[in-house]
Amino acid sequence: MATESMQLEALISREYQHGFSTTLETDSVPIGLSEGVIRLISAKKEEPEFMLEWRLQAYRHWLTMSEPEWSTVHHPAIDYQAISYYSAPKARRDGPSSLADVDPELLRTYEKLGVPLEEREILSGVAVDAVFDSISVATTFKEKLGELGIIFCSFSEAVREQPELLKHYLGSVVPYTDNYFASLNSAVFSDGSFCYIPPGVHCPMELSTYFRINAINTGQFERTLIIADRDSYVSYLEGCTAPMRDENQLHAAVVELIALDNAQIRYATVQNWYPGDKEGKGGIYNFVTKRGECRGDNSKISWTQVETGSAITWKYPSVILKGDNSQGEFHSVALTNHYQQADTGTKMIHLGKNTRSNIVAKGISAGHGHNAYRGLVKMAKSAVGARNYSQCDSLLLGDKCAAHTFPYIEVKHPSARVEHEATTSRIGQEQLFYCQSRGLSAEDAVSIIVNGFCKEVFQELPMEFAVEAQKLLGVSLEGSIG
Amino acid sequence: MLDIRNLQVSVDGKAILKGIDLQVKAGEVHAIMGPNGSGKSTLVQLLAGREGYAARADAVLYQGAELLGMAAEERARQGIFLAFQYPVEIPGVANVYFLKAACNAIRRHRNLPELDAIDFLALIRSRLKLLGMDESLLYRPVNAGFSGGEKKRNEILQMAVLEPTLALLDESDSGLDIDALKVVAGGINALRSPQRAIVLVTHYQRLLDYVVPDRVHVLADGRIARSGDRQLAIELERTGYADTPAGHPAPPASRA
Ligand SMILES: Nc1ncnc2c1ncn2[C@@H]1O[C@H](COP(=O)(O)OP(=O)(O)OP(=O)(O)O)[C@@H](O)[C@H]1O
Ligand SMILES: [Mg+2]
Repeated sequence: MATESMQLEALISREYQHGFSTTLETDSVPIGLSEGVIRLISAKKEEPEFMLEWRLQAYRHWLTMSEPEWSTVHHPAIDYQAISYYSAPKARRDGPSSLADVDPELLRTYEKLGVPLEEREILSGVAVDAVFDSISVATTFKEKLGELGIIFCSFSEAVREQPELLKHYLGSVVPYTDNYFASLNSAVFSDGSFCYIPPGVHCPMELSTYFRINAINTGQFERTLIIADRDSYVSYLEGCTAPMRDENQLHAAVVELIALDNAQIRYATVQNWYPGDKEGKGGIYNFVTKRGECRGDNSKISWTQVETGSAITWKYPSVILKGDNSQGEFHSVALTNHYQQADTGTKMIHLGKNTRSNIVAKGISAGHGHNAYRGLVKMAKSAVGARNYSQCDSLLLGDKCAAHTFPYIEVKHPSARVEHEATTSRIGQEQLFYCQSRGLSAEDAVSIIVNGFCKEVFQELPMEFAVEAQKLLGVSLEGSIG
Repeated sequence: MLDIRNLQVSVDGKAILKGIDLQVKAGEVHAIMGPNGSGKSTLVQLLAGREGYAARADAVLYQGAELLGMAAEERARQGIFLAFQYPVEIPGVANVYFLKAACNAIRRHRNLPELDAIDFLALIRSRLKLLGMDESLLYRPVNAGFSGGEKKRNEILQMAVLEPTLALLDESDSGLDIDALKVVAGGINALRSPQRAIVLVTHYQRLLDYVVPDRVHVLADGRIARSGDRQLAIELERTGYADTPAGHPAPPASRA
């Protein structure tokens, strides 16, 4: 037993691999938050009036709100006046309109991160919109997608060039009044990605955004809006890292997805923000609002997330199932190690007839990690014949970590059915010994067992990202054994 | 091949093995019998490197090297294999993936090139055929949802793929139907060679009709109470363990 926990100890204490930072000339606004700062951000981004108005309304609403206290996570109070709400790498000329204009140092950073930013990466079939601190530096494959009528660009660009689409859809799934962090984001959001798939178009490649927090004392407040018009399909992947810093950094993003009739959106996240050190110092506060709306009949939205980073993760990617026969899915792997905390799950709000939702949540806790699954399944009066199936499994490594499950179920129509199953298991000496007696190292054994545990979720990821996610999980746990 | 002298093992202060002496030479098959709880599984699991025992011995040598203190994976890579009395389930991990990982871990250790998916599939298919097993078993998660008999056969399949030098089989015959028993026995016999040794833990002399042992030992109350040839197993089948003497207290072991 003693040996097992020692091995786990070692495996758990591997170092964060994306912890380098880049020295760049930046253009930041002074720390602190006020209407003046919001006007400054909006002006820097050359936004139309409607956008500034929306930001200010959100800000005024935010001032009336207080931080949510219902989750299981704990952190010292956040000083919102000590954060800089805008930081952008200084552009060489006016702004990076092509790759040639992007700071080479920045490109090197992306290379280190393994982001396929250059056109030669076309073979990998991934179009990347990379967001570095607050602005979107380069969007690849834009032209190719443009031929199909697909709009994939930075959020700022969409604000300037697609005002009608934006006015119509922005805030229509996550209103600026939604919750404390969403309101804050609505007031100060810096950049993010925008994507529109026209009717009948099947997006031929995975679209991807890569976020990285670089500047010190900077919050990252990105906003993503994806609209899949009638009969269209899109698969989207978001990846995140941040350098190691002793201070906690705030990341409060909002993602809105809208699927119209017969459209399908698959959204996958691999989140590897800096989790803090072994003693729990530093790390990202990842307070994120992600919500999709199946607005049209027979539409489908699926969230897949692999959450291995951040000091604190607080996010509930949700689906509002409004259209009849629409489907929502949530597949999640959340790993907490050292002193990481995760309170994550989903909300499935069934409004339409015969709507279906499926939840598979896998929590892995190691070290002193705390992992909570929180899920709401709501069947409205109108949700005739709706069905939900939820499965929550927790895996514990070692005896100092914890896992909790909080399912909330509301059923307002008698024909709706909700099923929930939950399990908790521990990687035992038995499993480890079995693997080792076949010649596998303890480290490989844990990795194999954990990956087996997550298999159902990894199957939902695009192939190349599934491999990435497996490696990431290995890295996040490595060192705890051997 | 295996040389155990005065092995004493306890768990949580409770003495389980109280002075075992056992020598197994290359090419030999030894059967270990004995009542429930006498320490048979403890012995073979300890030899395979299971943690959590307090063990002392004058020597536990495998191919001349001291085993106590060697990690389980190291022993496996050097050719020790344990077929578990209760095979462990690993949900979500395909049997074929697990076996390939194990096989390549061992090959790496021996400086052999790793097998790619195609070569590995060819290897494992030939072993499946030998054991009359269905290929679908390869793609199911390791032991999860397997019937008792399927688990036991799966252990023998692993052995057939990993080709150990010293195979320790803990009740690989328990819970098998008569046809499966023959198949498992065939798998064990296929492994027999002058370079290898096999230790069979069994309760039934029936297995020994198919896998004929060189020596039979009776473990009782943590000691080898009797040793003999095949006839001993046949005799035990008739008389049971009632007449088995308790053995003598062991002298203190010199190595911890
Ligand atoms: N981890 C443990 N903690 C406490 N007691 C143990 C432990 N492992 C084994 N024992 C005890 O040691 C004794 C020997 O167990 P072992 O499993 O070796 O017996 P066995 O000869 O294989 O029995 P069977 O024929 O039933 O398989 C038993 O009394 C058992 O309860
Ligand atoms: Mg036993």
